[in-house]
This record gives sequence, C-alpha cells and structure tokens, in this order.
Amino acid sequence: MDFTIFLIQLLNSLQYGLLLFLVASGLTLIFGIMGVINLAHGSFYMIGGYMAFALAPIVAATFGGGFFSTLCVGLVLAVVLGYVLEWAFYSYLYEREHLQQVLMTYGLILVFEELRSLLVGDDVHGVKVPDLLAGSLPLGEVMTYPVYRLFISAVCVALALGMYFVFSRTRLGMMIRAGSTNREMVQSLGIDIKFLYRVVFAAGVAIAVLAGMVAAPVSSVYPGMGNQVLIICFVVVVIGGIGSIRGALVAALLIGLVDTFGKVLLPDAAGVLVYVLMALILLWKPDGLFKAG
Amino acid sequence: MAPTDPILDARNIHAWYGSSHVLHGIDLKIARGETVGLLGRNGMGKSTLIRTLLGHVTQRDGQIHLFGHDVSKSKPHEVARRGVAYVPEGRGVFPNLTVRENLIMAARPSREASRGWSYERVLETFPRLTERLTNLGSQLSGGEQQMVSIGRALMTQPDLVILDEATEGLAPLIVNEIWNVIGDIRDSGIATLIVDRDFRRVLEHSDNALVLQKGLVELAGPASKVADDPALSGLLGV
Repeated sequence: MDFTIFLIQLLNSLQYGLLLFLVASGLTLIFGIMGVINLAHGSFYMIGGYMAFALAPIVAATFGGGFFSTLCVGLVLAVVLGYVLEWAFYSYLYEREHLQQVLMTYGLILVFEELRSLLVGDDVHGVKVPDLLAGSLPLGEVMTYPVYRLFISAVCVALALGMYFVFSRTRLGMMIRAGSTNREMVQSLGIDIKFLYRVVFAAGVAIAVLAGMVAAPVSSVYPGMGNQVLIICFVVVVIGGIGSIRGALVAALLIGLVDTFGKVLLPDAAGVLVYVLMALILLWKPDGLFKAG
Repeated sequence: MAPTDPILDARNIHAWYGSSHVLHGIDLKIARGETVGLLGRNGMGKSTLIRTLLGHVTQRDGQIHLFGHDVSKSKPHEVARRGVAYVPEGRGVFPNLTVRENLIMAARPSREASRGWSYERVLETFPRLTERLTNLGSQLSGGEQQMVSIGRALMTQPDLVILDEATEGLAPLIVNEIWNVIGDIRDSGIATLIVDRDFRRVLEHSDNALVLQKGLVELAGPASKVADDPALSGLLGV
C-alpha cells in the first residue's frame, strides 16, 4: 500500500470512528447515567438520515436555506423528540428491569421503522453534499480527498470536545455525573433530577440525529440503517466499557481502523474482524477497556 | 411570616413504607436558628421522619410548612430550594466526583455575604479537605467524607440543616471536630435538626428535643428538661 492510499484510508477510518463515537456516546451515556438499555438509539441515527433527506426540500421552501439550515431545523426537532420521548416512555423505564427496557425500546424501533415507511417510503435515497463542501483536496500527486469527509470529522471532534467540556468542567456535568450514583442525594441538594435527565436524554437523541444527518451525504439513507449502526455501537460500548465516554472514543476509533483497513487488506474477512476484535478485547479485559466509575 | 414564627412547622405527620404505617401523627416545630435533637431507638421512625420532611417518602400525610409555604406535597428538590440542607446517614458523598466538585456542584450564592458559607469558609472550617480537593469522593476516609457532606450542605446556604447520624463510625477525635462544627453552624444562625446515637451530646447541643417511640412523640420539650426526665433512659433503652 503506498503512502497516499494509506493516508486516505487512515482519514476514512478516523471519520468512521468519530461518527461511530458520536452515536455510541449517546448510547453509553443513557445507559451509564440512567441505566436504560436503549435499543432504539440506532433509530435516532436513522431519523437523522431521513431528516437530512426529507427535510431539505421543506426547509429550502420555507426558509430558502440549504444544508446547514436543514441541520439546524433537524437539531431542534431532535431535541423536542428526545424530550417528548423521555417524558412519554423512557422516564418509566429507570426503575425497571433490563428485559422490560429491551422490550419497550425494541418496540420503538418497529414503530419508528413503520413510521419511516409510511412517511418517506422504503426506497434508498442519496443526499446531496452541500455545494460549499463539495470539493476535494489534493493528496499526493494523483489522489484527492473529499472535503465533506473532513467536515464530518471536524463536526465530530467539535462535539466530542464540547461534551468533554460540559461533563468534566461545568456544574451541569457534575450534577449529571452525581446523578448516576445517588439520585436521592442530588435531589436533596435542590436539583430537579427528572428535568436534568430529560435534558440529557434529549441531548443524546440530538447527537445521534445529528450524526445521521451529517453522515447522510456519504452513506445515503436506507431502511434499516439504524439497526446496522446500533449493532456496531453496542460493540463500541462493550469494548470501551459500559458507561465510559472515554472508552467509547477509544473503542470507536479502534473499530474505525480495524473495519476500514480490514476491508482493504483482508476483504474476505472484513465482516467479522470487528467482532473478532471485540472477542479478543473481552478475553483480555472482560469489563471493556475503561470501566466507568 | 413573623420573625418569631417557626421556619419549619410540621403537623400530624403520617408516613408509610408500603403497607407498614411508620409515623403515626408527629408534630415538630423548629424556630429560626434553633437546634432540635431528635432521639429514639433504632427503628422508631427518626430517619423516616427526616425523609418525610425532605419529601423523599411519597406515602405521607399531614401538613408541612417551611417559611410559611406549604410543602406537604412538594418534591425533594423543591424542599431543598426552600433552604433545607441534608447531611444523610452514610454521608451521600458522590464517589465519582472530586472533593471540589462535590462541594461546588450544588452551591448557591449567599444572600448575606457575611453570614454565607463560601467555598473558602468551608475549607477554613475543614482545613484537612484543602489537601484532598482533587481526590475522588471514593478515596476519602469516613471523617473526610463527613466533612465534605457537611460542607456541601452548608454551601447551599441553608436556613435549616438536617444531620442524620453525622458522627456514626468516626474516630473520637473526628467526632469532636464534627460536634465543634455543629456548634459553629448553630452560631452562624442556622437552625439544625440533629439525630445522633450519642444522646447526651445531642441534648447538650440542643435547645429542644423530642423522643420518638414507635412512630409517635413520647417525650418533647426543652433539651435540659428532656435530659432530666426519668422516662428518657427507658425510651432510649440505655
């Protein structure tokens, strides 16, 4: 493999890993802090992808805007969706057993897929790369790299830094972390934990939706796209250590590398490499790379 | 409300855990700046009474007023925001937060700068915590955890602090330090409700005291009178 191809694959794996991190971070957050296994998390990614496709003409007609206006409208809708879902469904799950959580959130997947089918249909759709980011950068003498993929990575890095800042440096982050260990004490300090969790959940949904929207131009949108992401995200969460954001980042980047280079170097085995990686890491560290806490 | 009105006025408090009726109609008043001792053997309803006042026991009945506001149906965070801080049994320090984070996470600005409990003032009161600021709650000794728990409560600028078994399981030297701080809290004009196994010290520090027996108040009045009451030793099983 010559250096330029290696560099391109490295950038691809980075972009894929960062995107996975974005989706998986919401999953691990909702599990680590609220104790809810949210199978429907992949559906939020799917909803994001379809929003990028279906909202674009509506936003263009209403606000005359392009891709970035669609992103903003989609984000607002995602926060509202997350807030309402937490209020209507997820808030009843905190005290429940995992089996009930799995059943209800699996039910939500079916509902979301059916709604998607009714509203947008079952076809595969492409989403146009915004004009502003449609170009390519030269890489070496013959190769180029699409600007949009760099944009995806940049968005992911910015969000990851933002999350890190909120969690580790702000009082809001302290309250959220405290809530994961002792809800009653947090309430006794005058903090409305129900509202706090609703906000965290809405943020987790918004991040997954945003990931879906941003990824849509490179991945296209198709039925079942959420489930595919969900499975890989669970691999990320398990490898990284359940509930650990740092672990999710490391695991997502690792999976990005293994998956991307696997497809180039060992195309026949590419489908299973990620799971082999998971098995090896679990043999070495049964709780994942970083145990939360 | 008039300055002489009680800041906490609880009447006819009942509480249940499932089908078991734990509190059978308790009255409790706490005046501004007053220290009240709550005594009774294990399982007589002290912690339940505290948790009911704080809004944590949802199966409850009776009237609770804080600063003239009806909080009988309020949620725990609403009670806390009315100026009630809680130092729970077991300390409730967040193990995954540093000492500094534990202290500042719920801090509120003081209404009167001179009387308020700032971060600096808490560290002056507990100098030992200064060396532990970046340690996690889980890395602290029991005594240090108790200091964090009390400091955290004070930084919410409360008018009433409820201390449940604040000296439990601590070394005698630390126990003395905690009682000194309870004295400081009282001197700074904050009312306190104290539950502690060491009933003599509770009575020594309190203005008024009440003794619970099977979810009812069996003995109540000025702490000195309660201390001299012949029924006390029987009620406490000492």
